[in-house]
Amino acid sequence: MELYLYLALFAPLAGSLFAALFGASPKIMIAGIIPSALLFASFVSSTILLVYILSGGAPVHVEMMTWMATGNLYIPFGFVVDQVSVTMMMVVTVVSTIVHIYSIGYMDHDKAFNRFFAWLSAFVFSMMVLVMSDNFAGLFIGWEGVGLCSWALIGFWYHKESATWAANEAFIMNRIADLGMLIGIFLVYWNTGTLQYEQAFAVMPALGTDILTLMGIFLFIGAMGKSAQFPLHTWLADAMEGPTPVSALIHAATMVTAGVYLVVRANPLFDLIPHVGLFIASLGAFVALFAASMALVNRDMKRIIAYSTLSQLGYMFVAAGLGAYWVALFHLMAHAFFKALLFLGAGNVMHAMHNELDPFKMGGLKKAMKWTFIMMTVASVALAGIYPLAGFFSKDLILEVAMIEHHYIIYSVLLFTAGLTAFYSFRLVALIFHGEERYKLFGVHPHEAYKFMLIAMAPLLILAVIAGSFKMTYFEMVTAVLPATEYHVHSAVAYWIMTIGTQLFVIAAIAFAYKKYVRSGITVPDGTSKMENRLCYKILSNQYYIPYIYEEYLVKPYRELSTIFWKQIDMKVVDATVDGIAGIIYGTGEKTRDMQSGNLSTMLKWMVAGTVGLLSLAVVFGLAVRYSVEIKAILSGLGV
Amino acid sequence: MMEIGLNHYLILSIILFTIGLIGVMRRKNLLLLFFATEILLNSVNIAFAAISHFYGDLTGQMFAFFVIAIAASEVAVGLGLLIVWHKRHGTIDLDTMSTMRG
Repeated sequence: MELYLYLALFAPLAGSLFAALFGASPKIMIAGIIPSALLFASFVSSTILLVYILSGGAPVHVEMMTWMATGNLYIPFGFVVDQVSVTMMMVVTVVSTIVHIYSIGYMDHDKAFNRFFAWLSAFVFSMMVLVMSDNFAGLFIGWEGVGLCSWALIGFWYHKESATWAANEAFIMNRIADLGMLIGIFLVYWNTGTLQYEQAFAVMPALGTDILTLMGIFLFIGAMGKSAQFPLHTWLADAMEGPTPVSALIHAATMVTAGVYLVVRANPLFDLIPHVGLFIASLGAFVALFAASMALVNRDMKRIIAYSTLSQLGYMFVAAGLGAYWVALFHLMAHAFFKALLFLGAGNVMHAMHNELDPFKMGGLKKAMKWTFIMMTVASVALAGIYPLAGFFSKDLILEVAMIEHHYIIYSVLLFTAGLTAFYSFRLVALIFHGEERYKLFGVHPHEAYKFMLIAMAPLLILAVIAGSFKMTYFEMVTAVLPATEYHVHSAVAYWIMTIGTQLFVIAAIAFAYKKYVRSGITVPDGTSKMENRLCYKILSNQYYIPYIYEEYLVKPYRELSTIFWKQIDMKVVDATVDGIAGIIYGTGEKTRDMQSGNLSTMLKWMVAGTVGLLSLAVVFGLAVRYSVEIKAILSGLGV
Repeated sequence: MMEIGLNHYLILSIILFTIGLIGVMRRKNLLLLFFATEILLNSVNIAFAAISHFYGDLTGQMFAFFVIAIAASEVAVGLGLLIVWHKRHGTIDLDTMSTMRG
C-alpha cells in the first residue's frame, strides 16, 4: 500500500515539474495531457487506498524520512492514510483530475497554457501534503503551499490590475490567519512536546482547559483564514478574478475546505473544549446567512457561486463545531462535487458569452447550451438540498444536528439560509438559461463547450446526484477515527415534519425565484429601478460595506503609518546609518589611497610605523595584563 | 676594565638595528637599501648569538646560521633583479620606481 501512497502523493508533483519545463514556451499539448494523466494515476492510487481502507485495512502510516531532529524536536516527513485523509484524497483527486481535463479545453486559447498546468498540479501536490501529513508541521507546509499556488492562480492573468490585487489580497489575508495558526502549532508543541497528531492528542486531555482553549482558538484562526470565515472572508469573492477552473478546484472544492479539515483532524482537541466548538458553530451559522444574503443581489455569476461556497463552508463549520465531525466531512465531500460542477458550468457559460459575467445580460441560453443547462440545474438542485440529490443528505443532516443538539437559533438560521440558498441558486439558473434571449442585444453568439469538457464534467454530475447514497457506508468508514454519533430525531413524526417542511420551504423559494426571474421584460439593471435604490439592496450589493470599511479604516491608516515609518524611520534612521557607515569607509579609502604612492621608500616608512604601532600595543596590553590586579585596585579606588 | 656582558651585546644589537632601520627609511639608492637590510639582519644575529651563549643553548646560534643563509640567498636574488633594473632603466634610484602607484 505504501507504493500507492507515494504514487498518489508524488504523481501531481511530477506533473507539475513536467509542465514547468515548458513554462516559458508557447502552448504545447502534452504540458496539459501529461499532468492530467499523472493526476489520473494519483486518483487511481487513492481509489485503491480507499478500497483497502473500506475493506477494513489498517491505516497506512509511513515515515518517508526525517526532516528535523534536534534535541527534543523530532519532525519526520510522515504521511498517513486513514479514513479521514482518504476521504479528502478522493475529493481532491477526483475534482482535480476532472478540472485538469476540463482546463485543457478551457485554457485552449490562453498563451500561458503550460504555466497554468504547472501551477495547478503544484496546487494538487500541496493539497495532498496538507491532507496526508501525520503532523502539524507537514500540514503547515501544505497549508502554505496551497496558499502560494492559490496566489499564483488567482493572479494568473497578471496583466490585469484587478487580478494581481485580488491575488495579493488573498495572500495577505491568509498570512494574517496563518500567524494565528502558527501560534496554535507552537502552543501545541510547547504543551505536548510533539507535533505528531496521535501523540499530541493523546497528551491533551491531561492539559488545563485554559491552554486548550487558546490552542483551539489559534488553530481555528488559521482555519478561518483558509476557509474565508468572517471577518477574513473578503478575499474569496475577489479571488474569482482567477480562471474559472481554478475557482472550481481551489476556491470551491478543495483549498477553502482545508479549514474544515483542520477542525475535523483536530477533533480530539475540539471535543475537549465545547465552548470553542459552540463559538465555531455560531460563527458558521452567521457566515452561512451573511454570505447567502450577499449572494441574493449580486450581479456577477462567479461571485454568486463564491458567496454560496462561503455559505456552505458556514454549514460545515456548524457541524464541526457541534461535534458532528463526520457530518461536516460528508457535507464537505458532497459540496465539493456539486460546487465544482456549478463552477465548471459557469466556466462554459463564460466561454460562450465571451467572458460576460452579468447574468442579466444572458437569458435563454438553454437552447444553445443544453448540457451545461442540465448540469448547472442539477448542481443547483443538489445545492438547494432537494431529495434525492447529494445536498439533501448532507445539508439536512446538519440541520438535524443543530436541532438534536438543542441549538434552535442555529437551526432556524440554517433553515432560513437553506431557503436563501435555493433562491439565489435558481435566480442564477433562471437568469442565465430561461427567459428572453437578452444576449442578442449584445451581439453574442453562444456555443456549447467542447464535447470532451462536457464528458469530463459528467462524473461530477453523477456524483452530485448519487453522493447522498454513500451516507451509511461513509458513516461506518470514518467513525473508525471520528466520534461515532448518529443523529436521529427522536420521534418519527418530528423527523418527517422537519424533512418535509424543509423541502417545501426550499421548493417554495425555488418557485419564487423562477416566478420572479423567468418572465419577459427583464432588463439589465441600470441603477434606476425602485428595488435598486432601497437601503437593504444597497447594503447587500455593497457587501455590507465591509470591503469599504476595511479600505477606509484599516488599509488607508496602515498605508499612512507605513509612509511615516518609511520617511521618518527607514530613510532617516536605518538608511542614514547604513549610508553613514558606507560613507565613512569610502571616505577613509579615498583619503588613505595617497599612502599607496608606489614609492618603495614611503612604503617602508609606513611599514616601520606599523610595526612600531603594533609593538607598542603589544607592550601596553602585556603591561595591562601583568598589572591587572593593581589596575583594578586603582580603578575601584577611583569609584569606577 | 669592565667585563663585556650580555647587555653590551644587546645594546650593540639595538644600535645596529636602529641604524639599519634609519637606513631602510632614508636611503634612496637601492644598493644601499640592501646594505641597510643586511645591517638589520645582522643586528638580530648578534642578539641571537649573545642570548644563546648566555643561556648555554645552541638553538639561537643555529637560528643565526639560518638567517645568514637566507640573507645570502635574498641578496643573490635581489642583486640579480637590481642588475636587470639598472640595465633597463639606467638608474637604481628608488624615487623613479613607482609603477605600483595606487
